[in-house]
Amino acid sequence: MNAFLRLFRRRSLFRPSPLQMAVSYAILIGWAFVVLFPIYWLVITSVKLPIHVNDGPVYLPFVDFQPSLHAWEYILVGDLKNDTFRPYANTVIVGSISATLALVLGTMAAYGLMRFRYRPRLGAILSFVGCLVLAFIAGSSGVPWSLAIIAALALFVLIVQTIGRRFQKSLGNSDIAFWLISQRILPPVAVVIPIYVLYQQFKLLDTHIGLIIAYVGANLPIVVWLMRDYFQTIPIELEECAAIDGASRYRTFLSIVLPLAVPGLVATFLFVLVFAWNEYLLALFLSSARAQTMPLTVAAQNATRGPQWWYMSVLIILMITPVIIMAILLERYIARGLLVGAIKG
Amino acid sequence: MDRLRAQLDRWAGNAFLWPAVVVVLFLSIFPLVLSLYLSLVRLQFVPGGFQLTFIGLSNYRKLFLGSEQVHFLGLAGRTTMLGWLVFGLGVGLLAWTLIGYLRAGNVSAGGLIGRGLAVLIGALILLMLVRTLAPGGRPGTITVTLIYVFVDLTIQYLLGLGLALLCTQRLPGRRFFRVVFLLPMMITPVGVAYMFRMLADTTKGPFKPIWGALGLYNTSWVNDPWGARAAVMIGDIWQWTPFMFIVLLAALEGQSVEQVEAATVDGANSWEIFRHITLPEILPVSTTLILIRMIEAFKIVDLPNVLTNGGPGTATESLTLQAYINWRTLDLGGATAVAYVLLFLVTFLAMVLVNVVRRRVVEA
Repeated sequence: MNAFLRLFRRRSLFRPSPLQMAVSYAILIGWAFVVLFPIYWLVITSVKLPIHVNDGPVYLPFVDFQPSLHAWEYILVGDLKNDTFRPYANTVIVGSISATLALVLGTMAAYGLMRFRYRPRLGAILSFVGCLVLAFIAGSSGVPWSLAIIAALALFVLIVQTIGRRFQKSLGNSDIAFWLISQRILPPVAVVIPIYVLYQQFKLLDTHIGLIIAYVGANLPIVVWLMRDYFQTIPIELEECAAIDGASRYRTFLSIVLPLAVPGLVATFLFVLVFAWNEYLLALFLSSARAQTMPLTVAAQNATRGPQWWYMSVLIILMITPVIIMAILLERYIARGLLVGAIKG
Repeated sequence: MDRLRAQLDRWAGNAFLWPAVVVVLFLSIFPLVLSLYLSLVRLQFVPGGFQLTFIGLSNYRKLFLGSEQVHFLGLAGRTTMLGWLVFGLGVGLLAWTLIGYLRAGNVSAGGLIGRGLAVLIGALILLMLVRTLAPGGRPGTITVTLIYVFVDLTIQYLLGLGLALLCTQRLPGRRFFRVVFLLPMMITPVGVAYMFRMLADTTKGPFKPIWGALGLYNTSWVNDPWGARAAVMIGDIWQWTPFMFIVLLAALEGQSVEQVEAATVDGANSWEIFRHITLPEILPVSTTLILIRMIEAFKIVDLPNVLTNGGPGTATESLTLQAYINWRTLDLGGATAVAYVLLFLVTFLAMVLVNVVRRRVVEA
């Protein structure tokens, strides 16, 4: 009886009882299988000959079929060599830089929205939009774009400095946050053509900088929203202590808030990195030869002869390897206990 | 020097926020205005180039009343008693929240108009769902998208939360699971779509023996509307559960240990700890997660496009895929009109989520 009861007893605070552990492992292994099986299929498809794929399923290399490295050769040393390495380098550059930038800018904005009160005046926003529409109308009816934009800006400053001061109705932090996240709602299909036109004007087409700006802009709202919630769990007392000790707002942010938000920072970074790494539609439009990224190469394997599963599998495996390594390296920072003892004393 | 520092400190608020706002402004204003304009025009090719003709709201009229109505809104079936019952219950619930607001006092004109509009839109969406999902009806792209979003989000959140809770336990080997569970998110969506097409193939895919045993050998399950929709949803759940998982994991790990320790000492069981300590702490981040995933899920396009090409018929076509198909056939006006309907729908749902659910959760 005692032995039976022991099955249900927790051994310590974070150590579950043996029965709980068995159930936990069963679920964890079950889901791990669901996750890994498609990836296993991807790996063995990459070493199959076309005939192995087309004649029905074969499961185990060396048992069911003789593996071949033909697809790997074709992608890495054969015909497609140059079409693989350049997009690969582009993906690494664009993905890592844009994720880092989005994280930096977004974290700052999230902290600002948490700890400061912003009161953007409704009058100023409306006159900004009004001036913009005027510039748009002027520009599309023949006035040079640079002139139209400068004139609109001047008009905007004029209005804000004179009439704008009379309208005191203003918005708050939550409105700014909602505006930021609402920028993600419109599907890319609707905005690629306008962004293409915009980039043409600024000579950003087919450049790394262009793609980086696009991805930073696309990822910022997500960073802001996620980091805002993580900052919320950090006790404000710590920052007050720092302020009393004479630390500036920047200093408090850098040496107190950021170190405590590391789990959230890591999780958010991984997500924005993955997003920029894998983005397809914007890359399709904004890059051609020089700045092309990997997702385009993957999609291009659906050729006139039908999808080339084996090449596609190789490319997907190549694409996810660096991200997996990154995840393994960063995973340890998503750990409990950073706040232990922080408020004591 | 000190004055400079004081000045810098006073500017801190602006310095923190403005860089982000400027980047987003640069990328959002012009595209928003131009695409709104595109949704009001028709693109025509004329000798030597193309021509944009201003046609007002015709693109929208086509979707709601014209030739695209069945495709977009769906075909109404014979609504059963059950359907009307669900509709009645839903409208009753909506009306009840409105009455609750009125009786609480503290009524403002803006608040009343906003809530009235919300109830009206909610009732209309419900009516559309009930009528097109009735026997004999055919759901349009809006209904299909709503089904995707609702089913995907629910399953993803529950799965992600369960797995995250398991992974915060001190189990040997949990770090292995943590990294493995992130894998699906890392594969490019186009790649995931092709991968699931490979897996779902009944003659070449790995599940061929299972199909054979079930006697479905030569009947591709993707020919059945609900089978095809299930395939799309399984793909989406597989890919995006990791996102829920990682964010919830970070939130759970960020929790302070003292409270849990204190509660354990006082004799609380694990359910009570979860209900009264953990859940309130992860609710704010949960609403954010659901908001972000909802916005992304409404834009689902790769999976239905690659897996089923929107078929059979238009059974798996999402709103964004409809826009994408319009756009491929160079009907730019039609594509942006669909996108703008999506924008209004999602903005409405996001505002309800933020103003009603999140405000309550964060302030509690």
